[in-house]
Amino acid sequence: MRAGSLAAALLALSSGAVLLAAAVALWRRTARGIVRALRFQGVALAATALVLGVDLRIKLMLVTALLMIAVKVVAIPILLSRIVWLDPSSAETDPVVNVPASLVTAVVLSLVAFYATRPLVHAVAGVPVTLAPFGLATVLIGFFVLVARRRVVAQMVGLLLVDNGIALAALLLTTGVPLLVELGGTLDVLLVVVVLRVLATRLHVELGALELDRLAELHD
Amino acid sequence: MMAQSSAWVIGAGLVQVVAFVLVAPLLVGLMRTVRCRMEGRTGPPVTQVWKDLRKLFAKQRTQPRDSTVVFSMTPVVLVATTLVAIWLAPLLTTRVSMGGGSDLFAVVFLLLMGSVSMSLAALDTATAFGGMGASRLMTIVALAEPALLVAILALAAPLHSSSLAVIFATALHHPVWVATPQRLLSLGAFLIVILAESGRLPVDNPASHLELTMIHEALFLEYSGPDLALVVLGENLRLAFMLALLANLYAPWGFATAAGGWPILIGLAAMLAKLVVLAAVIGAVEVGMAKLRLFRIPELLAGAFMLSILAVVSALVIA
Repeated sequence: MRAGSLAAALLALSSGAVLLAAAVALWRRTARGIVRALRFQGVALAATALVLGVDLRIKLMLVTALLMIAVKVVAIPILLSRIVWLDPSSAETDPVVNVPASLVTAVVLSLVAFYATRPLVHAVAGVPVTLAPFGLATVLIGFFVLVARRRVVAQMVGLLLVDNGIALAALLLTTGVPLLVELGGTLDVLLVVVVLRVLATRLHVELGALELDRLAELHD
Repeated sequence: MMAQSSAWVIGAGLVQVVAFVLVAPLLVGLMRTVRCRMEGRTGPPVTQVWKDLRKLFAKQRTQPRDSTVVFSMTPVVLVATTLVAIWLAPLLTTRVSMGGGSDLFAVVFLLLMGSVSMSLAALDTATAFGGMGASRLMTIVALAEPALLVAILALAAPLHSSSLAVIFATALHHPVWVATPQRLLSLGAFLIVILAESGRLPVDNPASHLELTMIHEALFLEYSGPDLALVVLGENLRLAFMLALLANLYAPWGFATAAGGWPILIGLAAMLAKLVVLAAVIGAVEVGMAKLRLFRIPELLAGAFMLSILAVVSALVIA
């Protein structure tokens, strides 16, 4: 892939969109808003895989892109929306850190990601590798969402942001993980979301709410 | 030849200033008309803002008792700083009369000077609403101005220059269809800043006089007559100027790189067309928008700031 080619421009755009989606997830207050950001991130991730696959002529990358659309754009957002529907109290994200402070933190985390990946970017040549900071920044922002948002849906979105960030970094750094590994990773995440959804239902039955802060003590 | 060229360069600056003074109130009128039409009302004619200004200019000057020179100077300062910014910036051609003076920081700080003098004047009259408006304006400006600076810097970072002429010339040579992340992110930040700075929805409702929510209206509540006309003209000029910066950065078609009769004329026609389109779009988009709660505005502006810094990070990553 040449620097300055159309493929390089599209790759920069789609991987930048993955980071933007993570920042928007931190910006929005409603669960519906952050699930929409997650869905947009899935589309951007699939587009990244598609551009890489077409440009490097790797047919299996197209399968990866389809798999990402099925799991990250369709299945997981539907599961998350069901949780909001089940428990209307989780429709707000109930931030521990307020939104402006969160956004400033996201900015700092992106800069940290940029400087942390510098040695790597200098060591390895190639356009996709230069975009790897976007992946690391998405991972860091995902961790911050896990720390700074209290409700169940927001926490699950945080986990999925971390996963999407890792997927982006893997795509860009290795230009294509073997399909089997990709399949395992993506389906694992789907499984985790299904398990968490069942857990959320169970919690709702027991507590009548989905506030994790109430799980402060053990029961028999 | 040289002397003739420099005469054109000065001419371009004059054309810019005269054209913007004439057009700015019409743009605001156009926004109102578009909005009214979309809401199914007839609305005032586009020239209504000019008619109001003419009426105000004909009135007697009044000044609140105990107010100082700050109050009476502010309308002049507001209009003058904006006009100097318009004179400095390359809006029609890259050849500007001030050369290196067309600096990004100079232009942004000129705009900031207008905002600061407005809030000082609002404090000067010692009314409750003036103080409220001043504190709100400073809250917005403190977040919006850095976002504006950083958004343009994201595009200037690879150039190692903060001269607007250089930045715009590069935008002209950049193929527009290549939408890089830094361009899109800084465009997002820029749009939010324009709406916040010019007091449009969703940050402030330009048609509202409700004390609890107003920001810009509260600032010039005490002005009347010619002073009010100057303040309104200044605000309109600022909006038109920001829209012109937006047009030159992200849609630089027709922007001239030479100084001469035809290039200036073509640049002017292109600029007017772009301003009309932008004003119509803003008017149309505002119909479907509600004003944000005052406490949510810092979130919106922090978002703009974040977008602009992410644009810089993208520029660093991709460069």
